[in-house]
Amino acid sequence: MKCRKCGERAAIELRRHNAAFCVPDFQDFFRKQIREAIRKHRMFTEDEPVLVAVSGGKDSLALWDVLIDEGYRTTGLYLDLGIFDYSVESKARCEAFAARRGVPLIIAAVADEVGAPVPVIKQVTRRPPCSGCGLSKRYLMNRTALQHGFPVVATGHNLDDEAATLFGSVMHWQTDALPRQSPALASTHPKLVRRVKPLYRLSERETAAFAFTRKIDYIVDECPFAKGATSIAHKELLNRMEEASPGAKHNFLFGFLDKARAAFERVEHVELKECARCGQVTTGEICAFCKLAQSVRGAGAPRAPQRAGRGEAATDPSVPGAGA
Amino acid sequence: MSVKVVLRNPRREVEVAAGRRVKDVLVELEIIPESVLVIRGDELVTADQMVRDDDVLELRPVMSGGRA
Repeated sequence: MKCRKCGERAAIELRRHNAAFCVPDFQDFFRKQIREAIRKHRMFTEDEPVLVAVSGGKDSLALWDVLIDEGYRTTGLYLDLGIFDYSVESKARCEAFAARRGVPLIIAAVADEVGAPVPVIKQVTRRPPCSGCGLSKRYLMNRTALQHGFPVVATGHNLDDEAATLFGSVMHWQTDALPRQSPALASTHPKLVRRVKPLYRLSERETAAFAFTRKIDYIVDECPFAKGATSIAHKELLNRMEEASPGAKHNFLFGFLDKARAAFERVEHVELKECARCGQVTTGEICAFCKLAQSVRGAGAPRAPQRAGRGEAATDPSVPGAGA
Repeated sequence: MSVKVVLRNPRREVEVAAGRRVKDVLVELEIIPESVLVIRGDELVTADQMVRDDDVLELRPVMSGGRA
């Protein structure tokens, strides 16, 4: 298989583009897709500082790598979720990347803000771990950006993430969620920063290939709580469709963004208030994050998850026999 | 004439026959090409390439998730 641009031996085939590329031309293609995403959705300008939410995984580190090389003023934000060895290793990857590229990294711990790490939040709330984790991440990303004067947060959500989220929303006809699914969410309140997803045009196989060929040391193992997550099941389904019909994921997501999303935008006005406790934006009196922190602290939750051998508390999925 | 294939999550190794294309190995292991990078040494390889005796292939999963 030959590179479509230079004719040299190809390193990766992109069936949805009916193309194959050598490493240099693939990296060029990858960067162009990000430039196009930023331009098309006016995600940020060269003058704006960008807070890049990084997890230590391939997507966010690949995004950060490109934005640095494109000349943007970036700072990383790593949120320590306290998920056993997974968090220890992913934090180390982010710190090593920031040191190697000479860029600043802000680190915040969910346990310091909520009162307990994600595994304990899961036990206290009795809800899927991704629920409290996602809520905490969105809240802390926005608050950290405000505190440090960033007008925009960039996340590493890729085409597969976005297609799987859309698939889940459509399967349940969550029409409230559909208008919020966008590569760029504008600020609708002085205390809400812009949220952008510059990787939305790139599949996760493409971001993995970019990270690998750039020799970025990212964490390959997935979050131990991701196993069995609905979003993973949706991704597997979509990959089967992609195998049968290359471009299926792209067409599903881009068709929605171009043709359908506007039809679901709300007509009614949603009143945004400031949380009576923390001052962050909410639609109620107390924001969901403060309610979560209250329930965690009210339960007297330990700041560290209990390890195996302690019955109900033993929920580390990496520990054989654990209850998660 | 065999090839060692390294799989992840959980990490494990299997042996498959050499002398055929990468895509044939993926079919045998029931792995969707879209879900992995195929790595030989420090290089990516495409599905049409031949696997040779004593090759070591890593099939690195690309799926991440669980995020809300």
